Amino acid sequence: MSALSDLKGRLPIILGQTLVAGAVIYFALALFHNTQANLEARNIASGYGFMAVEGGLPINDTLLPYSPSDSYGYAFLIGVVNTLYVSALAIVLSTLLGVIIGCARVSTNWLVSRLATVYVEVLRNVPLLLTLFLCYSVALASLPHPRLSLSPFEGVFLNNRGLFLPRPQFHHSFWYVAVAFFLALAISIFLVHQARKMQDRTGRSFPAGWISLALVLGLSAITWFIAPRPLDFDFAVLQGFNFRGGMVLKPEFTALLSGLVLYTAAFIAENVRSGIQSVSAGQRDASKALGLKPWLTMRKIVLPQALRVSIPATTNDYASLVKNSSLAVAIGYPDMVSVGGTIIGQNDQAVEIIGLWMAVYLSINLIISLFMNWFNARVQVVER
Amino acid sequence: MMLPAAPQIKSFTPRPDLPPPVGAVGAIGWLRTNLFNGGFNSVLTLLCLWLLYKVVPPISNWMILDACWVGGPEMCGQSQGACWAFIWHKLRVLLIGTYPQEQLWRPSLVGVIFVLLTLATVSGRFKTRHLLPAWLFLPVLSFWLIGGGSVGLPVVDQSNWGGLMLSLGLAVVGILVSVPLGILLALGRQSSTGIIKPLCVGIIEPIRGVPLVTILFMASVMIPLFLPADMQINNLLRVQIGIILFSSAYMAEVVRGGLQAIPRGQLDAAKALGLNYWKMTLLIVLPQALRHVLPSLVGRCIALFKDTSLVIIVGLLDLLGMAKAAAQDQEWLGHNAEAYVFCALVYWCICFSMSRYGRSLEKRGAQQTR
Repeated sequence: MSALSDLKGRLPIILGQTLVAGAVIYFALALFHNTQANLEARNIASGYGFMAVEGGLPINDTLLPYSPSDSYGYAFLIGVVNTLYVSALAIVLSTLLGVIIGCARVSTNWLVSRLATVYVEVLRNVPLLLTLFLCYSVALASLPHPRLSLSPFEGVFLNNRGLFLPRPQFHHSFWYVAVAFFLALAISIFLVHQARKMQDRTGRSFPAGWISLALVLGLSAITWFIAPRPLDFDFAVLQGFNFRGGMVLKPEFTALLSGLVLYTAAFIAENVRSGIQSVSAGQRDASKALGLKPWLTMRKIVLPQALRVSIPATTNDYASLVKNSSLAVAIGYPDMVSVGGTIIGQNDQAVEIIGLWMAVYLSINLIISLFMNWFNARVQVVER
Repeated sequence: MMLPAAPQIKSFTPRPDLPPPVGAVGAIGWLRTNLFNGGFNSVLTLLCLWLLYKVVPPISNWMILDACWVGGPEMCGQSQGACWAFIWHKLRVLLIGTYPQEQLWRPSLVGVIFVLLTLATVSGRFKTRHLLPAWLFLPVLSFWLIGGGSVGLPVVDQSNWGGLMLSLGLAVVGILVSVPLGILLALGRQSSTGIIKPLCVGIIEPIRGVPLVTILFMASVMIPLFLPADMQINNLLRVQIGIILFSSAYMAEVVRGGLQAIPRGQLDAAKALGLNYWKMTLLIVLPQALRHVLPSLVGRCIALFKDTSLVIIVGLLDLLGMAKAAAQDQEWLGHNAEAYVFCALVYWCICFSMSRYGRSLEKRGAQQTR
């Protein structure tokens, strides 16, 4: 009796589930069938065989050596590397800018906090694509020709062909400097560790931070001067109508990077602000009452608690930054989406390319969220 | 016995307060507390003032003082500043695209209705149960009016729809469809039985993992492959489907946050009262959950509106696309900056007022809960 009524109660659920499952399977099969039929009707090949075929794609901004005679697969890889490159740089720079602006927003200085508010409100309420277009066409159009380049520092030239920087050239003796640097770093880490242990045990502090800084800088500097010419710079030189040599950031790259940084920094600044404001004023008063200096209050009391609030939101912003880097396609920077779009245009194999895009973006996002979860777990306040 | 005479009490009259030091009140006091409190802040203030001095005069000269407000391309060529005459000349294209001029009244009428409805919603004087049907009816009416094809209205092809009209249309339809879809997906993700949950997770997570650009590519390239050969749909609808899918995955995550914030006791109480699943969800869970996540929901709506600018990548000309196209007009070359600044102004006004409205809704909601 009870089993029967139980079954009666569950019957609609079971029926519904079966219906949904059937619909999904039917839908998937129909999709598959249609796609097959359409691909055949349009004479489009399927499978990843095309990846080994010579592509002939011109890509003008690459990190790895590339020529148009390389295969589609390699061209796509170049796009992936470009996406990773611009995203990584943008994450670092936007974090720096975002933290500065976020701190400015909670500043007691009226002018500073107002300016930061204006920045955040303007950038957040305008589409990123528009910011990119503004960076690309307007900023670029107002830059001078190579002959009239702006040169804010010796060896740095800014003109409408891009930003030219000196290219560092490392000689063999640079290894000594690198070894010295890492040696000093290892000693410092040990020192800081020991100092923390000592403080936990005895309560006395030891200025390990300053000593480490001196050690790292000092040791590197000494080897630098002892070693014979560790580093040279290859300066960009004006030849004819353009610069030769040096290291160049192309206009597309510069525009994409600056657009992404400016836009994401506004969001990160909001996270930083809400983090700092989430620390109650009592905490600050208490720390003042204990006699901690403002800098120490910030470092030991406010920041650890603020990070707890800021990090999850910032993780999302990093993930959307990586996804937003796909807007490169609109200004012609050869990232993964833009290279993939060109491949689709040539051989119509959209299914394969879109599958690749999804795979790469999903893995990048997975890596970011794994890393940030690890970091988040480290900064969470351990409740006792 | 006589009581001893009360001692003479000297009455204490306080002297009037001294005025506060000149440096602590008034303009000087304000300056000292807000701009020059401490050496570091003073340096910062001076730095900011220098920055403002460097940035504001050139921009205001370009935008206002040296700007050319009326006239043709040759007038603009002479002026040093912005050429707003260009925007004025292109205004119709920016707002409604290449819609035929003699049919202008149709989008204008839709625009007026849209503005009136927005005002009615923002004023807060009308009940949601009256406004919601009106908002749902608006796209139908607009589609009928703008598209034409019946009651003597000539057909206007969808390739002629563009400009701000297209941006707003994509955004409004996107919001109206993706919010309920997102709620359904979120409820499905919360459900404990069988296949619904993995299905919803399988829809939400991949969509959230990839950029909108790839979704739009997919919508415009792959939907034709997915459909049977005799059932093809036009590019605008495909793009709209892409936007809706993308947005509802994010809405679902936002709503899920609200669902998780509902205390279990609420559900138990609803069950104890004998409500079934849908009654419990509609009457108890959703009203509270949506109120919880209203700020992020409004944030997603703003993001959706901003994201409509990406349709330019798959060949639709929305406001930004029209601005880009207008700047390439041979007669008016070199007015990129004006076109983009105008776009930025329009987007900013709409997004900023949406976020302000969201904040006022939050306050209203907070008052209602008491």
